[in-house]
Amino acid sequence: MKDFPFLSILTLLPLVGAGVVAFIPRKKAELAKLVALIWSLVVLVLSVFMWIAWTVDGGERFQFRESYTWIPAWGANFTFAADGIALVMLMLIAILFPVVILASWNDVDQSTRSAPAYFALLLSFEFTMIGVFAAADVFLFYVFFEIMLIPMYFIIGSFGTGQKQYAAVKFFLYSLVGGLFMLASVIGLWVLGGKTFDFTKLAEATAAIDQNTARWLFLGFFVAFAIKAPFFPFHTWLPDSGGAAPAGAAALLVGVMDKVGTFGILRYCLSLFPEASKWFAPAAMVLAVIGIIYAALLAVGQNDLKRLVSYTSIAHFGFIGIGIFAFTTQAGTGAVLYMVNHGLATGLLFIVVGMFVARRGSALVSDFGGAGKLMPVLAGVLFFAGLASLALPGTAPFVSEFLVLIGTFSTNPAYAVVATLGIVLAAAYVLWMIQRTTQGTLNPALAEVPAMSKDITLREKAVVAPLIVLLLVLGFYPKPVTDVINPAVQATMQDVGKEDPAPTVVADGKAGG
Amino acid sequence: MDPLKLPPIDYGALLPMLILFGAACLGVLVEVAVPRRARNVVQLSLALIAVVASLVAVIMERGTRTVTIGGSVAVDGPTLFLQGSILVLGGVSLLLIGDRTIEQGGAFVSQAAITVGSQKDAQQASGQPGATEVYPLSVFALGGMLLFVAANDLLTMFVALEVFSLPLYLLCALARRRRLLSQEAALKYFLLGSYASAFFLFGVAFVYGYAGGIQLSVVHEAVSNPQRSPVLLYAGLGLISIGLLFKAALAPFHVWTPDVYQGAPTPITAFMAACTKVAAFGALLRVLYVAFEGVRWDFQPILGGIAVLTMFVGAILAVTQTDLKRLLAYSSIANAGYLMVGVLALNPDGLSSTMFYLVAYGFSVLAAFAIISLVRDSDGEATHLSRWAGIGRKSPLLAGIFTFILLAFAGIPLTSGFTSKFAVFGAAVDGGQTWLVIFGVITSMLLAFPYLRVVVLMWLSEPGETTPAVSIPGFLTSAVLALGLIVTVALGVAPAPLIELTQQAAEFVR
Repeated sequence: MKDFPFLSILTLLPLVGAGVVAFIPRKKAELAKLVALIWSLVVLVLSVFMWIAWTVDGGERFQFRESYTWIPAWGANFTFAADGIALVMLMLIAILFPVVILASWNDVDQSTRSAPAYFALLLSFEFTMIGVFAAADVFLFYVFFEIMLIPMYFIIGSFGTGQKQYAAVKFFLYSLVGGLFMLASVIGLWVLGGKTFDFTKLAEATAAIDQNTARWLFLGFFVAFAIKAPFFPFHTWLPDSGGAAPAGAAALLVGVMDKVGTFGILRYCLSLFPEASKWFAPAAMVLAVIGIIYAALLAVGQNDLKRLVSYTSIAHFGFIGIGIFAFTTQAGTGAVLYMVNHGLATGLLFIVVGMFVARRGSALVSDFGGAGKLMPVLAGVLFFAGLASLALPGTAPFVSEFLVLIGTFSTNPAYAVVATLGIVLAAAYVLWMIQRTTQGTLNPALAEVPAMSKDITLREKAVVAPLIVLLLVLGFYPKPVTDVINPAVQATMQDVGKEDPAPTVVADGKAGG
Repeated sequence: MDPLKLPPIDYGALLPMLILFGAACLGVLVEVAVPRRARNVVQLSLALIAVVASLVAVIMERGTRTVTIGGSVAVDGPTLFLQGSILVLGGVSLLLIGDRTIEQGGAFVSQAAITVGSQKDAQQASGQPGATEVYPLSVFALGGMLLFVAANDLLTMFVALEVFSLPLYLLCALARRRRLLSQEAALKYFLLGSYASAFFLFGVAFVYGYAGGIQLSVVHEAVSNPQRSPVLLYAGLGLISIGLLFKAALAPFHVWTPDVYQGAPTPITAFMAACTKVAAFGALLRVLYVAFEGVRWDFQPILGGIAVLTMFVGAILAVTQTDLKRLLAYSSIANAGYLMVGVLALNPDGLSSTMFYLVAYGFSVLAAFAIISLVRDSDGEATHLSRWAGIGRKSPLLAGIFTFILLAFAGIPLTSGFTSKFAVFGAAVDGGQTWLVIFGVITSMLLAFPYLRVVVLMWLSEPGETTPAVSIPGFLTSAVLALGLIVTVALGVAPAPLIELTQQAAEFVR
């Protein structure tokens, strides 16, 4: 099973699916939905097989490597390979897409737009997402990095709500600007690296690039990834896009697409430009910490549920950022685990918020109030998603947040201490949001909306159940995932040339505690 | 006195040009001999057959590397590749020129001499068959372009410049509708073009004074072993460059472009945007690479500055446009800037990537103008941006193709726009011109906005009452659209064969 071309098939499968769904006539919307769901489930099954085929103990860093010639004159190839980090992200994608497709089942029915088009766009978005994580050729990675904008642009612009055109254009331009900075760096890297795009060869060649040039090249990549993640101060597009996108697509936007930024930093910035990464690390840490506090404060003040969740996401990406730039295996593993858990938790939160918004027809917190009295179960699910999102012990995000903080504390205690404040703020924005929407006295206007009295449906149960189960399981037993992540993170830290500090600080901490 | 001897002539190498000039002369005779009703078919077939035959001749000569008729024509890799490109793009443009299904009688005025706004003018606009002189004129222009990229001495180059420019001035004036605009465009183009030609000729005189000859190889020799004060050389090179930069539409010699692109009949705009670009850059490449390579350190920064200026002017002014043809004109100016980045790499990759870019851009721009010719109301083409609102709902296929072409212009991967930009930028970094690439990247960011605005208008806006109908394209325009789209996709997804072809061709003879 090891030799099966998992990655190329996984990448192409959703594209074919998108083509099939796009040609289903508009009148047969139900058929289109069903085909899309089944197609994404097939992708999930294939991913599960890939997970099983992965060699955990003593396996190579990059597995499932495939390479096909593309543009020999430029040394560009269709090279696919996954390390542990990519593998868990691929798994997350494979799980989230069927969930989101099921969650978006009725989203398009009311609109004047075509339902098959929506689901075809979702599948083509899955194609670009899988491609970007599976690529091991910098050119191929860049191609996926850019084309992922197009399906999401149309999803936000055509199927969104509110200021959707503005949000779609802002989203596209922000990402494109970052992408073009990266293009300049990619070209520079290609010329200096001996006209090859192969990740492994480039990682060897970059040692010879002089320090100053390498820092500029790093910066090109970093800006692209910082916009994508997004890190403060490049974040302003996300609340607009998250607020305007349909809830399911928003879950994918923050749950999967934004991870490309942090994944890119880990894979490309750190491994290709180790010296520059170390040089820029303090600045990146400062941005990350500012992001944690600033976004959390803004989240507290939001009155729009979807924008609120978007801001929480920016705060969480700050945690991932400090985890990456702390340069310890513990913090790095924590950061990657955070990427997975954040996808599950914030994905769930967005989807549940979407269920509320769909019933109420408004995303404003002030339009709710006491909704728990009308639909206790759905309110309970929102409560759980909120708790997972604020990293309550017992849910998966707690493990990753804890790892990030102790891993960071051993090298950069100051940042870890400030970041811890973010946890307090997280409790504030989540709990206050829950209180204002589902608790307290029933908003009389709410009782007049018939849909609000309809508690969670069977379809919605099927949507949230897998995510809740995963959040709990990974909260108590994250080992299967950390086992996959750990070697890849260790290899990355080796590229950076950072040894983990002797555990004196941690030991002291334990002795003191 | 020695008897005047004819220099040896390699007729095979000249055959592509001879075929076109012959066919053009024949076309003039057809105007006289064939009855009006049959003329369109005969002329179009004649022009297309000539282009195909000429293309076959180019392919037959693919191995030729020679300088012939007394050193005035060089047939080498770049010549043959560029000639082939001009012929293919020109053939496709002829299909656009020949389409008479979108508008009854075609896009051209039936008699150019009819007074604008008169009774007769209204009659001709309502569907009299268009003038068929456009075919021989186009073929003359094509022939001139073939000679332009092959010219190995500066005077031949000048003659070729005039041969392909004069028909273009005329063609610009022949629009069926909005004739004042069309005539104004032609007059502007003609006056400014004449100035540019004069500058070119003046520059040739200076260079002759410096080098004692006008053959590029002689100039190269003189530049490599300087005997005289370089003032003559710099003055000559500067003036020659102005002439060439004008044709290639680089800032600050670009001001004619928006007016001419807007006023000219759309098929002619497409023809100019695709073929004139190839010809102008072909000649520029030859002059810089063959003759003046020795003073590259002197002209590289100045032309680099011009390239940066061009990219900024094109990108910034494209943002402010409200007319689609003008928007594409400014986009074509910005693209000339990107092409210049490739030219200034001054290495074999620079040559091959510029040639790749020219072909890729040519096909995309042909498809873009073909689509513009389809969106029309009772008053002709509806090119104002606001009229395109919601067109994606009315005809998703057409809007989809246009969106794809716009994404190609914006340089999104899996389109030829991305691969060609990557090629020229890569060559420039390799040639030590990183600063040009950085400005190229910055202007690409700016330039994405106007394209995106059109995409937003087409798909995300609701159709208004004034959104015009989209004509069903006839066979010829459909063929252009299909070809433009296929090439844009193919060069984006699998550019390897064409890249290899350009790399094999990327060597000049002296």
